[in-house]
Amino acid sequence: MSGLFKGRTWWKRTDLKKRYDVVIIGGGGHGCATAYYLAKNFGITNVAVLEKNYIGAGGTGRNTTIIRSNYRTPEGIRFYERSMELFRGLSQELDINMMLSKLGHFTLAHTDSSVRVQRERGETNRLLGVDSRLIGVEEIRELCPELNLSRDVAFPIQAALYHPPGSVLRHDAVVWGYATGAYHRGVELHQGVEVTGIRKDSTGKCVGVETNEGPIDAGVVISAVAGWTTSVCDMAGVRTPITNHPLQAFVTEPVKPMLHKILVSASLHVYVSQTDRGEFLIGSEIEPYTTFNLRSTFTFTQHSSANALDLVPQLARLKIMRQWTGYCDMTPDYSPIMGETGVENFYLDAGWGTWGFKATAVCGETMAQMAATQKTPDLIAPFRLSRFADEQLVPEKAAASVSH
Amino acid sequence: MSHFSIRCPNCGPRACSEFSYNGEVRPLADPDASEEAEIARLWLRRNVTGLQRERWFHAAGCRRFVTITRDTRTNLIVAQPGEPAGDVAKHA
Ligand SMILES: Cc1cc2nc3c(=O)[nH]c(=O)nc-3n(C[C@H](O)[C@H](O)[C@H](O)COP(=O)(O)OP(=O)(O)OC[C@H]3O[C@@H](n4cnc5c(N)ncnc54)[C@H](O)[C@@H]3O)c2cc1C
Ligand SMILES: [Zn+2]
Repeated sequence: MSGLFKGRTWWKRTDLKKRYDVVIIGGGGHGCATAYYLAKNFGITNVAVLEKNYIGAGGTGRNTTIIRSNYRTPEGIRFYERSMELFRGLSQELDINMMLSKLGHFTLAHTDSSVRVQRERGETNRLLGVDSRLIGVEEIRELCPELNLSRDVAFPIQAALYHPPGSVLRHDAVVWGYATGAYHRGVELHQGVEVTGIRKDSTGKCVGVETNEGPIDAGVVISAVAGWTTSVCDMAGVRTPITNHPLQAFVTEPVKPMLHKILVSASLHVYVSQTDRGEFLIGSEIEPYTTFNLRSTFTFTQHSSANALDLVPQLARLKIMRQWTGYCDMTPDYSPIMGETGVENFYLDAGWGTWGFKATAVCGETMAQMAATQKTPDLIAPFRLSRFADEQLVPEKAAASVSH
Repeated sequence: MSHFSIRCPNCGPRACSEFSYNGEVRPLADPDASEEAEIARLWLRRNVTGLQRERWFHAAGCRRFVTITRDTRTNLIVAQPGEPAGDVAKHA
Protein backbone atom coordinates (compact mmCIF):
# COMPACT_ATOMS: atom_id res chain seq x y z
CA MET A 1 0.00 0.00 0.00
CA SER A 2 2.63 2.49 1.05
CA GLY A 3 4.24 2.34 -2.37
CA LEU A 4 0.99 3.08 -4.13
CA PHE A 5 1.35 6.85 -4.33
CA LYS A 6 5.13 6.95 -4.58
CA GLY A 7 6.34 8.91 -7.56
CA ARG A 8 2.80 9.45 -8.76
CA THR A 9 2.86 13.21 -8.60
CA TRP A 10 0.66 15.10 -11.04
CA TRP A 11 3.53 17.14 -12.37
CA LYS A 12 7.29 16.73 -12.33
CA ARG A 13 9.90 19.37 -11.88
CA THR A 14 12.53 19.87 -14.52
CA ASP A 15 15.59 22.11 -14.38
CA LEU A 16 14.91 25.80 -14.74
CA LYS A 17 15.67 27.09 -18.21
CA LYS A 18 17.55 30.32 -18.86
CA ARG A 19 14.67 31.88 -20.75
CA TYR A 20 10.90 31.59 -21.11
CA ASP A 21 8.46 33.46 -23.32
CA VAL A 22 6.29 34.05 -20.26
CA VAL A 23 7.21 33.84 -16.58
CA ILE A 24 4.27 33.77 -14.18
CA ILE A 25 5.00 34.66 -10.56
CA GLY A 26 2.66 32.83 -8.17
CA GLY A 27 1.29 29.30 -8.41
CA GLY A 28 -2.20 30.06 -7.17
CA GLY A 29 -5.33 29.47 -9.22
CA HIS A 30 -4.76 32.66 -11.22
CA GLY A 31 -1.16 31.85 -12.15
CA CYS A 32 -1.91 28.24 -13.11
CA ALA A 33 -5.03 29.22 -15.07
CA THR A 34 -3.06 31.84 -17.00
CA ALA A 35 -0.46 29.21 -17.88
CA TYR A 36 -3.19 26.79 -18.98
CA TYR A 37 -4.94 29.26 -21.31
CA LEU A 38 -1.60 30.47 -22.74
CA ALA A 39 -0.98 26.89 -23.84
CA LYS A 40 -4.54 26.01 -24.81
CA ASN A 41 -5.73 29.20 -26.52
CA PHE A 42 -2.47 30.49 -27.96
CA GLY A 43 -0.15 27.48 -28.20
CA ILE A 44 2.40 29.30 -26.06
CA THR A 45 4.08 26.62 -23.94
CA ASN A 46 7.54 28.01 -23.22
CA VAL A 47 6.07 29.19 -19.93
CA ALA A 48 7.14 28.78 -16.29
CA VAL A 49 5.01 29.22 -13.19
CA LEU A 50 7.30 30.13 -10.28
CA GLU A 51 5.83 29.41 -6.85
CA LYS A 52 7.85 30.11 -3.73
CA ASN A 53 5.81 27.74 -1.59
CA TYR A 54 3.60 24.96 -3.01
CA ILE A 55 0.85 25.15 -5.65
CA GLY A 56 -2.28 26.55 -3.95
CA ALA A 57 -0.52 27.75 -0.79
CA GLY A 58 -2.06 31.22 -0.91
CA GLY A 59 -5.65 32.42 -0.99
CA THR A 60 -6.48 29.67 -3.49
CA GLY A 61 -6.31 27.01 -0.76
CA ARG A 62 -7.93 29.13 1.96
CA ASN A 63 -11.06 30.65 0.48
CA THR A 64 -14.69 29.75 1.16
CA THR A 65 -15.17 28.64 -2.48
CA ILE A 66 -18.19 30.78 -3.39
CA ILE A 67 -18.58 31.73 -7.03
CA ARG A 68 -21.27 34.11 -8.32
CA SER A 69 -21.75 36.99 -10.75
CA ASN A 70 -24.40 39.15 -9.03
CA TYR A 71 -22.06 42.14 -8.74
CA ARG A 72 -23.08 45.78 -8.82
CA THR A 73 -21.37 47.45 -11.77
CA PRO A 74 -21.84 46.37 -15.40
CA GLU A 75 -18.04 46.01 -15.67
CA GLY A 76 -17.94 43.69 -12.67
CA ILE A 77 -21.01 41.67 -13.65
CA ARG A 78 -19.74 40.99 -17.19
CA PHE A 79 -16.34 39.96 -15.93
CA TYR A 80 -17.49 37.55 -13.20
CA GLU A 81 -20.24 36.14 -15.46
CA ARG A 82 -17.59 35.09 -17.98
CA SER A 83 -15.84 33.24 -15.15
CA MET A 84 -19.09 31.43 -14.25
CA GLU A 85 -19.43 30.34 -17.88
CA LEU A 86 -15.92 28.90 -17.87
CA PHE A 87 -16.38 27.17 -14.49
CA ARG A 88 -19.49 25.35 -15.72
CA GLY A 89 -17.56 23.23 -18.21
CA LEU A 90 -14.33 23.00 -16.28
CA SER A 91 -14.64 19.59 -14.58
CA GLN A 92 -15.06 18.00 -18.02
CA GLU A 93 -12.45 20.10 -19.71
CA LEU A 94 -9.75 19.48 -17.09
CA ASP A 95 -10.92 15.97 -16.22
CA ILE A 96 -10.99 16.53 -12.47
CA ASN A 97 -14.12 16.56 -10.34
CA MET A 98 -14.48 20.08 -9.00
CA MET A 99 -17.70 19.13 -7.21
CA LEU A 100 -19.50 22.24 -8.37
CA SER A 101 -22.72 22.54 -6.36
CA LYS A 102 -25.21 25.03 -7.68
CA LEU A 103 -26.85 25.81 -4.35
CA GLY A 104 -28.19 29.29 -5.02
CA HIS A 105 -27.01 32.39 -3.22
CA PHE A 106 -28.92 34.73 -0.87
CA THR A 107 -27.69 38.21 -0.01
CA LEU A 108 -29.91 39.02 2.96
CA ALA A 109 -31.17 42.55 3.52
CA HIS A 110 -32.00 43.62 7.08
CA THR A 111 -32.41 47.36 6.54
CA ASP A 112 -34.25 49.65 4.11
CA SER A 113 -31.03 50.88 2.59
CA SER A 114 -29.83 47.33 2.05
CA VAL A 115 -33.13 46.41 0.36
CA ARG A 116 -32.56 49.35 -2.00
CA VAL A 117 -29.02 48.26 -2.82
CA GLN A 118 -30.04 44.64 -3.45
CA ARG A 119 -32.90 45.76 -5.71
CA GLU A 120 -30.51 47.92 -7.73
CA ARG A 121 -28.09 45.00 -8.05
CA GLY A 122 -30.88 42.66 -9.17
CA GLU A 123 -32.02 45.12 -11.87
CA THR A 124 -28.52 45.63 -13.24
CA ASN A 125 -27.82 41.89 -13.09
CA ARG A 126 -30.90 41.06 -15.15
CA LEU A 127 -30.16 43.76 -17.72
CA LEU A 128 -26.93 41.89 -18.37
CA GLY A 129 -28.62 38.50 -18.49
CA VAL A 130 -27.65 37.31 -15.01
CA ASP A 131 -30.30 35.38 -13.08
CA SER A 132 -30.81 37.49 -9.96
CA ARG A 133 -33.80 39.13 -8.28
CA LEU A 134 -35.08 40.61 -5.05
CA ILE A 135 -37.42 38.29 -3.14
CA GLY A 136 -39.57 38.85 -0.06
CA VAL A 137 -39.79 36.96 3.21
CA GLU A 138 -42.45 34.50 1.99
CA GLU A 139 -40.38 33.31 -0.93
CA ILE A 140 -37.29 33.15 1.26
CA ARG A 141 -39.17 30.87 3.67
CA GLU A 142 -40.19 28.58 0.83
CA LEU A 143 -36.71 28.33 -0.64
CA CYS A 144 -34.81 28.11 2.63
CA PRO A 145 -36.96 26.96 5.56
CA GLU A 146 -33.82 26.54 7.73
CA LEU A 147 -33.27 30.29 7.87
CA ASN A 148 -34.40 32.17 10.97
CA LEU A 149 -37.00 34.67 9.75
CA SER A 150 -38.20 35.60 13.22
CA ARG A 151 -38.94 39.25 13.96
CA ASP A 152 -37.52 38.77 17.48
CA VAL A 153 -33.91 39.38 16.54
CA ALA A 154 -31.97 42.62 16.49
CA PHE A 155 -32.07 42.87 12.69
CA PRO A 156 -34.97 40.89 11.18
CA ILE A 157 -34.56 39.84 7.54
CA GLN A 158 -36.66 41.99 5.19
CA ALA A 159 -35.73 40.69 1.76
CA ALA A 160 -32.98 38.94 -0.15
CA LEU A 161 -31.20 39.21 -3.46
CA TYR A 162 -31.60 35.68 -4.84
CA HIS A 163 -28.98 34.48 -7.33
CA PRO A 164 -29.80 30.87 -8.31
CA PRO A 165 -26.49 30.22 -10.17
CA GLY A 166 -24.41 31.05 -7.04
CA SER A 167 -22.31 27.95 -6.37
CA VAL A 168 -19.52 26.42 -4.35
CA LEU A 169 -16.82 24.21 -5.78
CA ARG A 170 -13.68 22.56 -4.59
CA HIS A 171 -10.91 25.15 -4.59
CA ASP A 172 -7.99 22.68 -4.53
CA ALA A 173 -9.40 20.86 -7.52
CA VAL A 174 -9.55 24.13 -9.48
CA VAL A 175 -5.87 24.91 -9.03
CA TRP A 176 -4.73 21.29 -9.41
CA GLY A 177 -6.83 20.98 -12.56
CA TYR A 178 -5.34 24.08 -14.16
CA ALA A 179 -1.83 23.11 -13.05
CA THR A 180 -2.01 19.59 -14.52
CA GLY A 181 -3.77 20.89 -17.63
CA ALA A 182 -0.95 23.37 -18.17
CA TYR A 183 1.71 20.77 -17.35
CA HIS A 184 0.37 18.27 -19.88
CA ARG A 185 0.51 20.97 -22.55
CA GLY A 186 4.20 21.57 -21.83
CA VAL A 187 4.20 24.37 -19.25
CA GLU A 188 6.73 24.07 -16.38
CA LEU A 189 5.64 24.38 -12.75
CA HIS A 190 8.41 25.19 -10.28
CA GLN A 191 7.54 24.94 -6.61
CA GLY A 192 10.02 26.33 -4.10
CA VAL A 193 11.28 29.02 -6.50
CA GLU A 194 10.92 32.52 -5.10
CA VAL A 195 11.14 35.62 -7.24
CA THR A 196 13.45 38.07 -5.47
CA GLY A 197 13.80 40.78 -8.12
CA ILE A 198 12.37 42.11 -11.38
CA ARG A 199 15.07 42.68 -14.00
CA LYS A 200 14.88 45.64 -16.36
CA ASP A 201 17.07 46.79 -19.24
CA SER A 202 18.48 50.31 -19.63
CA THR A 203 15.21 51.55 -21.14
CA GLY A 204 13.25 50.39 -18.10
CA LYS A 205 11.64 47.47 -19.93
CA CYS A 206 11.14 44.27 -17.92
CA VAL A 207 13.39 41.50 -19.26
CA GLY A 208 13.17 38.83 -16.59
CA VAL A 209 13.32 37.98 -12.92
CA GLU A 210 15.83 37.20 -10.19
CA THR A 211 15.11 34.09 -8.15
CA ASN A 212 16.63 32.11 -5.31
CA GLU A 213 17.85 29.78 -8.08
CA GLY A 214 19.40 32.49 -10.24
CA PRO A 215 18.28 34.93 -12.94
CA ILE A 216 15.77 34.02 -15.65
CA ASP A 217 15.08 35.90 -18.88
CA ALA A 218 11.49 36.40 -19.93
CA GLY A 219 9.58 37.99 -22.79
CA VAL A 220 6.70 38.82 -20.47
CA VAL A 221 6.44 38.66 -16.68
CA ILE A 222 3.04 38.36 -15.00
CA SER A 223 2.68 38.90 -11.28
CA ALA A 224 -0.23 36.80 -9.94
CA VAL A 225 0.64 36.84 -6.25
CA ALA A 226 -2.53 38.37 -4.72
CA GLY A 227 -1.62 38.99 -1.05
CA TRP A 228 2.08 39.39 -1.90
CA THR A 229 1.52 41.97 -4.65
CA THR A 230 3.15 44.89 -2.82
CA SER A 231 6.39 42.95 -2.33
CA VAL A 232 6.65 42.04 -6.02
CA CYS A 233 5.58 45.52 -7.16
CA ASP A 234 8.24 47.04 -4.90
CA MET A 235 10.82 44.97 -6.82
CA ALA A 236 9.51 46.43 -10.09
CA GLY A 237 9.20 49.99 -8.81
CA VAL A 238 5.43 49.96 -9.35
CA ARG A 239 3.16 51.53 -6.73
CA THR A 240 -0.44 50.51 -6.13
CA PRO A 241 -3.29 51.44 -3.75
CA ILE A 242 -3.32 47.89 -2.31
CA THR A 243 -3.28 47.27 1.45
CA ASN A 244 -3.24 43.85 3.14
CA HIS A 245 -6.01 42.83 5.48
CA PRO A 246 -6.36 39.24 6.65
CA LEU A 247 -9.62 37.32 6.36
CA GLN A 248 -10.57 34.40 8.57
CA ALA A 249 -12.98 31.51 8.27
CA PHE A 250 -13.87 28.40 10.23
CA VAL A 251 -15.70 25.09 9.79
CA THR A 252 -17.82 23.11 12.23
CA GLU A 253 -17.87 19.35 12.62
CA PRO A 254 -19.72 17.63 9.75
CA VAL A 255 -23.41 16.76 10.05
CA LYS A 256 -26.10 15.51 7.66
CA PRO A 257 -27.09 17.85 4.81
CA MET A 258 -29.45 20.46 6.17
CA LEU A 259 -28.76 23.84 4.61
CA HIS A 260 -29.04 23.99 0.82
CA LYS A 261 -28.43 27.67 0.13
CA ILE A 262 -25.45 29.99 0.50
CA LEU A 263 -26.41 32.68 3.03
CA VAL A 264 -24.73 36.06 3.17
CA SER A 265 -25.63 38.93 5.42
CA ALA A 266 -23.97 42.29 4.95
CA SER A 267 -25.59 43.78 8.04
CA LEU A 268 -24.49 40.90 10.28
CA HIS A 269 -21.08 40.67 8.57
CA VAL A 270 -21.30 36.91 8.22
CA TYR A 271 -21.85 34.21 5.62
CA VAL A 272 -22.73 30.54 5.99
CA SER A 273 -22.86 27.53 3.72
CA GLN A 274 -22.80 23.78 4.26
CA THR A 275 -20.08 21.91 2.38
CA ASP A 276 -20.57 18.63 0.55
CA ARG A 277 -18.78 16.99 3.49
CA GLY A 278 -21.44 18.34 5.85
CA GLU A 279 -19.34 20.97 7.60
CA PHE A 280 -20.75 24.44 8.10
CA LEU A 281 -18.34 26.92 6.58
CA ILE A 282 -18.54 30.36 8.15
CA GLY A 283 -16.77 33.50 7.13
CA SER A 284 -16.96 37.16 7.97
CA GLU A 285 -15.32 40.52 7.32
CA ILE A 286 -11.65 41.30 6.88
CA GLU A 287 -9.71 42.54 9.90
CA PRO A 288 -10.17 46.30 10.03
CA TYR A 289 -6.47 47.21 9.93
CA THR A 290 -3.47 46.38 7.75
CA THR A 291 -1.45 43.44 8.98
CA PHE A 292 0.71 40.62 7.67
CA ASN A 293 0.04 38.52 10.75
CA LEU A 294 -1.91 35.38 9.89
CA ARG A 295 -2.82 34.33 13.40
CA SER A 296 -6.46 33.41 13.97
CA THR A 297 -8.24 35.43 16.63
CA PHE A 298 -10.84 34.59 19.24
CA THR A 299 -12.75 37.84 18.62
CA PHE A 300 -13.50 36.59 15.14
CA THR A 301 -14.74 33.18 16.37
CA GLN A 302 -16.93 34.89 18.93
CA HIS A 303 -18.52 37.49 16.67
CA SER A 304 -19.07 35.34 13.63
CA SER A 305 -20.52 32.46 15.67
CA ALA A 306 -22.96 34.82 17.36
CA ASN A 307 -24.04 36.31 14.04
CA ALA A 308 -24.25 32.94 12.30
CA LEU A 309 -26.55 31.75 15.11
CA ASP A 310 -28.86 34.68 14.43
CA LEU A 311 -29.32 33.29 10.93
CA VAL A 312 -29.30 29.54 11.66
CA PRO A 313 -29.90 28.95 15.41
CA GLN A 314 -29.84 25.17 14.82
CA LEU A 315 -26.03 25.37 14.67
CA ALA A 316 -25.79 26.18 18.38
CA ARG A 317 -24.56 22.78 19.50
CA LEU A 318 -22.02 22.17 16.74
CA LYS A 319 -18.34 22.13 17.60
CA ILE A 320 -15.86 24.24 15.68
CA MET A 321 -13.20 22.09 14.02
CA ARG A 322 -10.75 24.38 12.28
CA GLN A 323 -10.13 28.08 11.86
CA TRP A 324 -7.68 29.72 9.46
CA THR A 325 -6.59 33.00 7.92
CA GLY A 326 -5.45 34.25 4.52
CA TYR A 327 -4.02 37.48 3.11
CA CYS A 328 -6.35 39.76 1.19
CA ASP A 329 -4.95 42.42 -1.13
CA MET A 330 -7.66 45.04 -0.75
CA THR A 331 -8.31 47.88 -3.21
CA PRO A 332 -10.18 51.13 -2.51
CA ASP A 333 -13.09 50.27 -4.85
CA TYR A 334 -13.25 46.49 -4.21
CA SER A 335 -12.35 45.78 -7.84
CA PRO A 336 -9.17 44.11 -9.06
CA ILE A 337 -6.10 45.69 -10.67
CA MET A 338 -5.20 44.01 -13.95
CA GLY A 339 -3.01 44.59 -16.97
CA GLU A 340 -0.38 47.22 -17.69
CA THR A 341 1.75 48.65 -14.91
CA GLY A 342 3.80 51.38 -16.56
CA VAL A 343 6.74 48.96 -16.77
CA GLU A 344 6.79 47.47 -20.25
CA ASN A 345 6.26 43.68 -20.36
CA PHE A 346 5.42 43.50 -16.64
CA TYR A 347 1.73 42.82 -16.11
CA LEU A 348 -0.33 42.67 -12.97
CA ASP A 349 -3.13 40.35 -11.89
CA ALA A 350 -3.86 41.66 -8.40
CA GLY A 351 -6.27 43.35 -6.07
CA TRP A 352 -8.16 40.13 -5.39
CA GLY A 353 -9.03 40.99 -1.84
CA THR A 354 -11.75 38.70 -0.62
CA TRP A 355 -13.35 38.12 -4.02
CA GLY A 356 -10.69 36.58 -6.27
CA PHE A 357 -11.43 32.85 -6.24
CA LYS A 358 -14.49 33.23 -8.45
CA ALA A 359 -12.37 35.15 -10.95
CA THR A 360 -9.76 32.39 -11.34
CA ALA A 361 -11.07 31.16 -14.69
CA VAL A 362 -11.66 34.53 -16.35
CA CYS A 363 -8.33 35.86 -15.07
CA GLY A 364 -6.52 32.95 -16.62
CA GLU A 365 -8.27 33.57 -19.92
CA THR A 366 -7.79 37.34 -20.04
CA MET A 367 -4.23 37.47 -18.66
CA ALA A 368 -3.20 34.81 -21.20
CA GLN A 369 -4.74 36.93 -23.95
CA MET A 370 -2.94 40.01 -22.61
CA ALA A 371 0.44 38.24 -22.57
CA ALA A 372 -0.08 36.65 -25.99
CA THR A 373 -1.39 39.70 -27.83
CA GLN A 374 0.26 42.50 -25.80
CA LYS A 375 -3.13 44.22 -25.87
CA THR A 376 -5.53 44.78 -22.98
CA PRO A 377 -8.69 42.64 -23.41
CA ASP A 378 -11.91 44.72 -23.22
CA LEU A 379 -13.17 42.69 -20.28
CA ILE A 380 -10.33 43.84 -18.02
CA ALA A 381 -9.74 47.36 -19.37
CA PRO A 382 -11.91 48.91 -16.60
CA PHE A 383 -9.62 47.34 -13.97
CA ARG A 384 -6.42 49.04 -15.16
CA LEU A 385 -4.07 50.44 -12.52
CA SER A 386 -4.33 53.91 -14.06
CA ARG A 387 -8.06 54.12 -13.21
CA PHE A 388 -7.17 55.67 -9.84
CA ALA A 389 -5.25 58.52 -11.45
CA ASP A 390 -8.14 58.95 -13.93
CA GLU A 391 -10.71 58.87 -11.09
CA GLN A 392 -12.59 56.11 -12.94
CA LEU A 393 -13.20 53.71 -10.12
CA VAL A 394 -15.34 50.56 -10.43
CA PRO A 395 -17.21 50.63 -7.13
CA GLU A 396 -18.08 47.11 -5.98
CA LYS A 397 -18.13 47.59 -2.22
CA ALA A 398 -21.88 47.00 -2.08
CA ALA A 399 -21.45 43.60 -3.76
CA ALA A 400 -18.12 42.47 -2.34
CA SER A 401 -17.72 43.80 1.15
CA VAL A 402 -18.99 40.72 2.92
CA SER A 403 -15.97 38.86 2.02
CA HIS A 404 -16.59 36.10 -0.46
CA MET B 1 -9.10 41.49 15.68
CA SER B 2 -5.87 40.99 17.60
CA HIS B 3 -5.82 42.39 21.08
CA PHE B 4 -3.45 45.27 21.39
CA SER B 5 -4.01 48.34 23.40
CA ILE B 6 -3.44 51.92 22.37
CA ARG B 7 -2.46 54.47 25.02
CA CYS B 8 -4.78 57.38 24.28
CA PRO B 9 -3.37 60.65 25.68
CA ASN B 10 -6.87 61.59 26.85
CA CYS B 11 -8.37 58.29 27.97
CA GLY B 12 -5.41 56.10 28.92
CA PRO B 13 -4.73 52.56 27.63
CA ARG B 14 -7.76 51.24 25.72
CA ALA B 15 -8.47 48.16 23.57
CA CYS B 16 -7.79 48.78 19.89
CA SER B 17 -11.38 47.75 19.16
CA GLU B 18 -12.46 51.14 20.60
CA PHE B 19 -10.56 52.83 17.78
CA SER B 20 -11.14 52.86 14.06
CA TYR B 21 -8.16 52.42 11.80
CA ASN B 22 -7.33 55.36 9.58
CA GLY B 23 -4.44 53.85 7.64
CA GLU B 24 -0.75 54.56 7.15
CA VAL B 25 0.41 58.13 7.67
CA ARG B 26 0.57 59.94 4.34
CA PRO B 27 2.31 63.14 3.32
CA LEU B 28 0.34 66.33 3.93
CA ALA B 29 -1.40 67.96 1.00
CA ASP B 30 0.87 70.38 -0.77
CA PRO B 31 -0.90 72.98 -2.94
CA ASP B 32 2.22 73.34 -5.09
CA ALA B 33 2.67 69.61 -5.63
CA SER B 34 2.60 68.14 -9.13
CA GLU B 35 -0.52 66.30 -10.21
CA GLU B 36 1.45 63.06 -10.13
CA ALA B 37 2.51 63.62 -6.53
CA GLU B 38 -1.04 64.48 -5.55
CA ILE B 39 -2.42 61.30 -7.17
CA ALA B 40 0.22 59.27 -5.33
CA ARG B 41 -0.69 60.94 -2.04
CA LEU B 42 -4.37 60.24 -2.53
CA TRP B 43 -4.25 56.69 -3.85
CA LEU B 44 -0.93 54.90 -3.53
CA ARG B 45 0.09 53.07 -0.36
CA ARG B 46 3.34 51.67 0.98
CA ASN B 47 1.52 48.73 2.65
CA VAL B 48 4.65 48.02 4.61
CA THR B 49 5.61 44.62 6.07
CA GLY B 50 7.31 45.84 9.24
CA LEU B 51 7.22 49.09 11.15
CA GLN B 52 4.38 51.32 10.04
CA ARG B 53 3.45 54.82 11.18
CA GLU B 54 -0.36 54.88 11.27
CA ARG B 55 -3.40 56.82 12.50
CA TRP B 56 -6.27 55.60 14.67
CA PHE B 57 -9.46 57.45 15.60
CA HIS B 58 -10.73 56.97 19.16
CA ALA B 59 -14.31 56.45 17.96
CA ALA B 60 -15.68 54.98 21.21
CA GLY B 61 -13.76 57.41 23.43
CA CYS B 62 -12.58 61.01 23.16
CA ARG B 63 -12.95 61.05 19.34
CA ARG B 64 -9.44 62.32 18.72
CA PHE B 65 -6.90 60.99 16.23
CA VAL B 66 -3.70 59.43 17.55
CA THR B 67 -0.54 58.34 15.71
CA ILE B 68 1.38 55.18 16.60
CA THR B 69 4.09 52.93 15.16
CA ARG B 70 3.10 49.27 14.83
CA ASP B 71 4.97 46.27 13.51
CA THR B 72 2.58 44.84 10.93
CA ARG B 73 4.23 41.40 11.21
CA THR B 74 3.50 40.98 14.92
CA ASN B 75 0.92 43.71 15.68
CA LEU B 76 3.16 44.90 18.53
CA ILE B 77 3.10 48.65 19.08
CA VAL B 78 6.59 50.09 18.96
CA ALA B 79 5.67 53.71 19.65
CA GLN B 80 2.51 54.72 21.51
CA PRO B 81 0.94 58.17 20.91
CA GLY B 82 3.43 60.90 21.77
CA GLU B 83 6.45 58.57 21.74
CA PRO B 84 9.25 58.97 19.17
CA ALA B 85 8.20 57.37 15.86
CA GLY B 86 11.06 54.86 15.76
CA ASP B 87 12.90 53.67 12.71
CA VAL B 88 10.14 53.88 10.10
CA ALA B 89 10.76 54.28 6.40
CA LYS B 90 9.62 57.61 4.99
CA HIS B 91 7.06 58.03 2.27
CA ALA B 92 8.33 57.94 -1.28
C1 LIG C 1 -10.78 33.16 4.31
C2 LIG C 1 -10.94 33.58 2.87
C3 LIG C 1 -12.15 33.37 2.20
C4 LIG C 1 -12.32 33.74 0.87
N1 LIG C 1 -13.50 33.44 0.25
C5 LIG C 1 -13.66 33.70 -1.06
C6 LIG C 1 -14.86 33.29 -1.74
O1 LIG C 1 -15.76 32.66 -1.15
N2 LIG C 1 -14.99 33.60 -3.06
C7 LIG C 1 -14.02 34.28 -3.75
O2 LIG C 1 -14.21 34.54 -4.93
N3 LIG C 1 -12.85 34.65 -3.14
C8 LIG C 1 -12.64 34.37 -1.81
N4 LIG C 1 -11.46 34.73 -1.18
C9 LIG C 1 -10.40 35.42 -1.96
C10 LIG C 1 -9.55 34.41 -2.75
O3 LIG C 1 -9.10 33.39 -1.91
C11 LIG C 1 -8.32 35.07 -3.39
O4 LIG C 1 -8.64 36.31 -3.96
C12 LIG C 1 -7.75 34.17 -4.50
O5 LIG C 1 -7.55 32.87 -4.00
C13 LIG C 1 -6.46 34.70 -5.06
O6 LIG C 1 -5.90 33.72 -5.92
P1 LIG C 1 -4.52 33.97 -6.64
O7 LIG C 1 -4.25 32.79 -7.47
O8 LIG C 1 -4.53 35.30 -7.27
O9 LIG C 1 -3.47 34.10 -5.43
P2 LIG C 1 -2.95 33.05 -4.34
O10 LIG C 1 -3.74 31.81 -4.33
O11 LIG C 1 -2.81 33.78 -3.06
O12 LIG C 1 -1.54 32.67 -4.91
C14 LIG C 1 -0.43 33.54 -4.89
C15 LIG C 1 0.81 32.67 -4.80
O13 LIG C 1 1.97 33.47 -5.03
C16 LIG C 1 3.03 32.92 -4.30
N5 LIG C 1 4.07 33.95 -4.18
C17 LIG C 1 4.01 35.10 -3.48
N6 LIG C 1 5.15 35.81 -3.64
C18 LIG C 1 5.96 35.08 -4.46
C19 LIG C 1 7.27 35.29 -4.98
N7 LIG C 1 7.98 36.39 -4.68
N8 LIG C 1 7.80 34.33 -5.79
C20 LIG C 1 7.09 33.21 -6.10
N9 LIG C 1 5.83 32.98 -5.62
C21 LIG C 1 5.27 33.90 -4.81
C22 LIG C 1 2.37 32.54 -2.97
O14 LIG C 1 3.13 31.57 -2.27
C23 LIG C 1 1.00 32.03 -3.43
O15 LIG C 1 0.96 30.63 -3.57
C24 LIG C 1 -11.26 34.39 0.17
C25 LIG C 1 -10.06 34.63 0.83
C26 LIG C 1 -9.87 34.23 2.15
C27 LIG C 1 -8.55 34.48 2.83
ZN1 LIG D 1 -9.33 58.76 23.75
